[in-house]
Amino acid sequence: METVVRRLGVWAFVLIASIAAIALTPDAGFAIHMGIVGLVAVILIVATLTTYDPVARAQSLFRMPPGPSRYDDDVIRWGVIATMFWGVVGLLVGVFIAAQLAWPWLNLEPYLNFGRIRPLHTSAVIFAFGGNALLCTSFYVVQRTCRTTLALPGVARFVFWGYQLFIVLAATGYVLGIGQGKEYAEPEWYVDLWLTIVWLAYAAVFVGTILKRHEPHIYVANWFFLAFILTIAMLHVVNNLAMPVSLLGAKSYSAFSGVQDALTQWWYGHNAVGFFLTAGFLAMMYYFVPKQAGRPVYSYRLSIIHFWSLIFLYIWAGPHHLHYTALPDWAQTLGMVFSVMLWMPSWGGMINGLMTLNGAWDKVRTDPIIRMMVLALAFYGMSTFEGPMLSIKAVNSLSHYTDWTIGHVHSGALGWNGMITFACVYYLTPRLWNRERLYSLRMINWHFWLATLGIVFYASSMWVAGITQGLMWREYGADGYLVNSFVDTVAALHPMYALRMVGGLMYLTGALVMAWNIAMTIAGALREEAPMGDTPHQPQADRPIFQPSPEPAE
Amino acid sequence: MSLYTALRHFADSYALAMICVLYLVLCLWHFRPAARTYRSDAKLSIFKEDDHGQ
Repeated sequence: METVVRRLGVWAFVLIASIAAIALTPDAGFAIHMGIVGLVAVILIVATLTTYDPVARAQSLFRMPPGPSRYDDDVIRWGVIATMFWGVVGLLVGVFIAAQLAWPWLNLEPYLNFGRIRPLHTSAVIFAFGGNALLCTSFYVVQRTCRTTLALPGVARFVFWGYQLFIVLAATGYVLGIGQGKEYAEPEWYVDLWLTIVWLAYAAVFVGTILKRHEPHIYVANWFFLAFILTIAMLHVVNNLAMPVSLLGAKSYSAFSGVQDALTQWWYGHNAVGFFLTAGFLAMMYYFVPKQAGRPVYSYRLSIIHFWSLIFLYIWAGPHHLHYTALPDWAQTLGMVFSVMLWMPSWGGMINGLMTLNGAWDKVRTDPIIRMMVLALAFYGMSTFEGPMLSIKAVNSLSHYTDWTIGHVHSGALGWNGMITFACVYYLTPRLWNRERLYSLRMINWHFWLATLGIVFYASSMWVAGITQGLMWREYGADGYLVNSFVDTVAALHPMYALRMVGGLMYLTGALVMAWNIAMTIAGALREEAPMGDTPHQPQADRPIFQPSPEPAE
Repeated sequence: MSLYTALRHFADSYALAMICVLYLVLCLWHFRPAARTYRSDAKLSIFKEDDHGQ
């Protein structure tokens, strides 16, 4: 009873504070954000009052874990659903902005123009889809590899719902035009502070679970997860150092200025790729690929070298985003050299993942989840080769600011992050909901081919578009003037932009097939279908050739 | 010599050497002969649970 009253008091305080902020702020967007915070407080108050049961306090609302004999999987189940939901939203927004680039009349001013919707797409796929995938797989893997339940189960629930609130505040902020203009770090100061709290709580749950482990070893996947959580905390705090104009307004100014601000931003931006989209997803790879293949990782030593090399090299690669800018030349060269060196550990990791299938390669044919993992690793290898190549200054002088970069990012994001996440969700769903198997294995095949073809369309159209753009921009005539105006290049790229949208549409269709498959699996349905990899056996043909030998001639 | 210059010279001499040594130690530590059992235990630890661990 006392705890319920105290909890209600805290939420009522949040509600009153948000109402006061709405009343006092001159900033409409900030008022809407405080309205969202107030709405969450109202939902919590109503939910607490309606589900109040003195016997089973708070067990029901947030589904507190049953005890130390069972893994604490409710947060993971919510996370799987959130991953699927935000994935479809993010991809849909991506297809929409791809269409906007091909047909500009789709820019619906002011809320749905490209400038506002584009960060909505990037944040939805990276932080909402990828973030939820990392959240739920990290909680799954750390419990299984440490053979213990989550430390601080209440905090784990706060992390999940707090992270969803961060996503909603960030997404609505972009549409309302609230942003600090830093790529992949657009949310303003108060949303950044909220994310910092949520992230430190996440770190506490993860580290706490490792500390109470019943297994002597910390499996290598947990190293990658830990590096991801701690590095993202550091990057987020440093890059978002800013001074708000007013405590009752959304606007703030960065603590850095000029080229220092740019370098801090790309130190953050590239390491968000390195530690969010690489280290975190490699953790998924190092647990789920061996589990699905039923074989241990090819080389544990190689995985450790992979880990330390990523940690020591990645953090220096950011300046390659600022080639040929005001950044000192030595810093640009440093970024380029470290990017090229990163190629080796990346390929070491890819080889380690692929060689895990050594002796079980037939599973690529019979197991569509393994096939998806192999494709993810192949795209990890491809984009970690393309990245170092693009970071070389001579190549970058052609590729920088062109669509080649966009193609590179998407072969990594759709091919590596997307496919490994899909494979992990397919792995997790029947296990988390205690189903015999997925609703349909054959629908994974459909998803696989739709996604693969979609990526091929996307990446190849962007290669062509990027190189076309780069060559047109640098073309000089005999009189020393540039041959093409900017709008000439835009007209030349139109067919490529349309093809890119087709590729995105195919990838989205694949994700919708998956969403249906996952929803039906959770509902408990099983699709009637022929099993995969059924090799026909003909008993009448399974005989040695018998030829009665002729009698020897006399 | 300004603080920037002092830090810069420290960074590209002693600090760089220390980071390289640290990196090599962390990687090569797992190549000790005594690490063999730890490695194989850790490598196979994910299969100790049953299918789902429930």
